[in-house]
Amino acid sequence: MKKSNNKRFLAVDILLLILTVLPIVFAIVLKVLTEPPADGIQITGARIFFTVHMPVQDWYITEAQINSWLVIISVFFLCLYMTHGIKQKPNSKRQHIAEWAVEKTESLVKENMGEYFAGFAPFIAAVILLSAFSSLLSLCGLFPPTSDLNIVGGWAVLVFVLITYYTCKCGPLHYLKSFAEPVPLLAPLNIISEVATPLSMAFRHYGNILSGTVISVLVGAGLQGLSSLVLGWLPGVLGDIPFLRIGLPAVLSVYFDVFSGCLQAYIFAMLTMLYVSNGFPADDYEKRKLRKNTKHA
Amino acid sequence: MLEIAIGIILGCCALGAGVAMIAGIGPGIGEGNAVAKACEAIGRQPECKGPVTTTMLMGCAVAETTGLYALVIAILLIFVAPNMLVNILIKTIG
Repeated sequence: MKKSNNKRFLAVDILLLILTVLPIVFAIVLKVLTEPPADGIQITGARIFFTVHMPVQDWYITEAQINSWLVIISVFFLCLYMTHGIKQKPNSKRQHIAEWAVEKTESLVKENMGEYFAGFAPFIAAVILLSAFSSLLSLCGLFPPTSDLNIVGGWAVLVFVLITYYTCKCGPLHYLKSFAEPVPLLAPLNIISEVATPLSMAFRHYGNILSGTVISVLVGAGLQGLSSLVLGWLPGVLGDIPFLRIGLPAVLSVYFDVFSGCLQAYIFAMLTMLYVSNGFPADDYEKRKLRKNTKHA
Repeated sequence: MLEIAIGIILGCCALGAGVAMIAGIGPGIGEGNAVAKACEAIGRQPECKGPVTTTMLMGCAVAETTGLYALVIAILLIFVAPNMLVNILIKTIG
């Protein structure tokens, strides 16, 4: 009885792992099948797969959207795998890792946002994971969704809605009054800075990832040209292999794809936490709550 | 005549992209200052290395923003603007 249980457990494990890897494989196959033949190295945006005709404006289904959904599915199954078969007394490595990650995020959120926002930990963890895995997708040679302004802009709009919601917690009047601080004369500037927050967040994330891609492509193209210039005299197939392209692009990729991608994910989550907790007027909210309670009593 | 006009458009777009990236000087100086101060702080208090490093990275990311605005404008000028401007030119000529 116990053995068969064990077997079933292992089978579910393997199934979850396969489901984690499958979306990435699907994305690679899709890219190989649908990529138009190109001569030389090109810098292109997200390719449009097909267009859905809508009354107001056409709806484009692009590579960025599909890759982003595949990352979401992959991360979902990864989380299921990490938490599959958790016990009260952890005996597996992955449970230790999962617990470590959850504890770290919770302490990070509590440190930066305070006790009131302790429920924000899952959201912040989701933002970090999604952003980091989207940027790391370029390691597989795929189009990273974070280098498309539309995807990151969507996240920034979500953050903007959160900021506005928590600033409105003390009523809409209090929200309007917050624009007239410190003097009413500065209201236009305050409105501009309110709008600039999501804009700068989106541009920061997108610009960092995209600049890495552009520089990597430029260096790769330059090294290929140099290699055909210097080593082009080699006979046969040897002359066509760009030997100088081996090595240096990998070093650049470690910085631009791995380090920069993870750093940007961390910074995006950190700025989300800071903006949301800064916009929330904690003292006034406490006072208002007290006043309400005394009225009722 | 059309060739000259298109040539001027392409050349000016490339020049504009190059000029826009002069903005890269600002974040360079700013981030250099931030990292220098962080190094000083770590030298004075080595036990604060962790928090100082995280704060420095956050500050660097925020200081980078102006440079990234310039980068976005340069990318628009290289990849988007030439097509658009040439289309407008051809449409007006007829």
